[in-house]
Amino acid sequence: MENISKNKTINVVLAGNPNCGKTTLFNQLTGSKQYVGNWPGVTVEKKSGKVRNSLGRDIEVVDLPGIYSLSPYTPEEIVTRNCLLNDDPDVIIDIVDATNLERNLYLTTQLAELARPIVIALNMCDLLEKNGDKIDVASLEKQLSVPIIPISASKNTGVDKLVEKVVELYDKGKYVPVKNIYSYEVDRILREIENALEDIKQHSYHRKRWTAVKLFEGDTVTWNHYNFTDEQKEHINLHIDEIHTSKNVDREMIIADERYKYICSITEKVVTRKRPAGFLSVSDKIDKVVTNRFFALPFFLLVMLMVFAITFGAPGNLLRDGATYLITDVLGGGLSSLLTYFNASAWAQSLVIDGIIAGVGSVISFLPQIMLLFILLSLLEDSGYMSRAAFIMDKLLRYIGLSGRAFVPMLMGFGCTVPAVLATRTLENQKDKRLTILITPFMSCSAKMPVYLLFISYFFADYGPLVIFGIYVLGMVVAVLSALLFKSTILKGKNAPFVMELPPYRMPSPKSLWLHVWDRLKDFLVRAGTVLLGASILIWFLQSFDFSMQMVSPDESMLASIGKFIAPVFAICGFGDWRASVSLVTGIAAKESVASTLAVLYPGASIADAFSPLAAFSFLVFVLLYTPCIAALSAIHKEMGSLKWTAVTVVYQIFVAWFASALVFQFGTLINNLGMM
Amino acid sequence: MKTLDDLKLGQTGVVARLGSSGALRRRIIDMGITPGATVKKLKTAPFGDPIVIIVRGYELSLRVSEAKEIFLEE
Repeated sequence: MENISKNKTINVVLAGNPNCGKTTLFNQLTGSKQYVGNWPGVTVEKKSGKVRNSLGRDIEVVDLPGIYSLSPYTPEEIVTRNCLLNDDPDVIIDIVDATNLERNLYLTTQLAELARPIVIALNMCDLLEKNGDKIDVASLEKQLSVPIIPISASKNTGVDKLVEKVVELYDKGKYVPVKNIYSYEVDRILREIENALEDIKQHSYHRKRWTAVKLFEGDTVTWNHYNFTDEQKEHINLHIDEIHTSKNVDREMIIADERYKYICSITEKVVTRKRPAGFLSVSDKIDKVVTNRFFALPFFLLVMLMVFAITFGAPGNLLRDGATYLITDVLGGGLSSLLTYFNASAWAQSLVIDGIIAGVGSVISFLPQIMLLFILLSLLEDSGYMSRAAFIMDKLLRYIGLSGRAFVPMLMGFGCTVPAVLATRTLENQKDKRLTILITPFMSCSAKMPVYLLFISYFFADYGPLVIFGIYVLGMVVAVLSALLFKSTILKGKNAPFVMELPPYRMPSPKSLWLHVWDRLKDFLVRAGTVLLGASILIWFLQSFDFSMQMVSPDESMLASIGKFIAPVFAICGFGDWRASVSLVTGIAAKESVASTLAVLYPGASIADAFSPLAAFSFLVFVLLYTPCIAALSAIHKEMGSLKWTAVTVVYQIFVAWFASALVFQFGTLINNLGMM
Repeated sequence: MKTLDDLKLGQTGVVARLGSSGALRRRIIDMGITPGATVKKLKTAPFGDPIVIIVRGYELSLRVSEAKEIFLEE
């Protein structure tokens, strides 16, 4: 028997409060590179991986979304609860943030009732000691009767011991019930309910205590799950009703209250607080300024301006010039001489230089700048500032029918729409979620940067940052107007509540920062190698040949025929040239494609003659607002959960983009004409 | 009855009972706001809403409308 069990896969789940270091631990256990951030809700769906261990055992670990309780309300709670109840893990690792013991143990008391072997990974003890506090781990272990392993997920200490403990618990294979946490009176009633369930004998009762507690609380999911007959319901309720006569509070509250009382009775004994009254941690000191009633908004604007100034100002430009030099002059020049040296045919030279280098190269030269923006956004995310931004903005967002929580996805949208849309999963109600998904793509994503930068270099060299700033602001304005429109038409409803933890600030770790950036870099390189390369070659091919496969001038090419079919629609926006239309179509595959296609279609600086400055600006407005790329669309479809809503999003965005750029061009032309009169 | 919203900045109070209902109420309970818990009003957002309180040793933000449903002992 022993041998059989040792060959079996041990299924482990990681459960714990949001932001307690679960994903960091998951990465340490599995050696994988999951996204980590310092805001509640980073993990929105469960992820699994194999645990690397020296014990030669096969251990599979699942990272669950962070939750405060096993109530069936928020999407994260539902995912976690279902996984714990249905998948019946062999061992539960409960990650407890030592700096926030009381609230973290509240979840522990619930997990312990699931009748599975459980081990507490006590995380961030180092931080606790820095604050001058101390936990008597041995005593806490004894009081709770749950094994505890102190770890530091970020420093990777104690993790091996944790794995050993998991294996030990699995090999022992039996569940040691936790000490009773309820008062005599409540416990008596819970036992009566357990007995009543025993009488009914309708299902397996290995989670008797859990079921009894949930029935006592009046948890509708549990009540509905068992399909009790009226008679059975009465049998169970008989005992529950007893409590009403003696206590004048509701049952959910009784259970929560007793859990917290139990926890307090323990923490009083095991935690020694050394910090004097009025002690301010570093986090508190930062918050004195950052969330100060008067400084908060100016500070927020300052942060945003700095992100903008660094990305588009001198530091970003320096990076771009360097990259452009490397790609166009060094790589392009080198390849060109190489091809000439080997006497490559004209079309091959044209393919490499006019197709691949012009197309993919033009976009890659913007990569360092995009990375810079990503590093800055990741710093905000990892430090804990995102939650503060949500807190500061809640009141304003309420005017447009959203809660402060929607602000995190919106800010992330400046990086990439895909994770931003996925992050809407943390929003508590459907209306907020749909509304946020509808407007997040208007937050100009970093893939659109190459297009803006390409245009300002030709048209707005003197006041480039101003034009880009205007574009970003316009995106936000359109987002707000759209939210107002939808809020008062098809997405009416009550505001979601705003009960949110403000996690302490943490120093962003270089490793986590690198993970964010690497994630994005990898994504970009994959796209450059597939979509952008493919599109550049295809565009080069279509514009170099006509339908009878003769190499012709672009104006007579296949591409021209296709582009000319769409182009008239954009005449009113000022860019009726077929090349512009073609680039917009390729932009649906990836936004950078707009830039790479334009670079192929307008060789050298010929783009400068193809657009008037006003038409160029109008074109940028269209690029800013129109439908996001395929990857983002698929994320939108996934999160909207309905084809109808995806269609609404796409049609709405295309229309808004067209309308806004037409408005810009026509209005601009009018002003120009008036000026001339 | 006195509510959490009535506290001045820096003042503490002890929770007596909760109003509101359903998921919101459950959420508030789960976050540790139960009868007997000590709460301290820490700060307010730029527009006077939401507020931040300290409960069970951590910072929690909630709206004024939600704070009005948290009744304190006199």
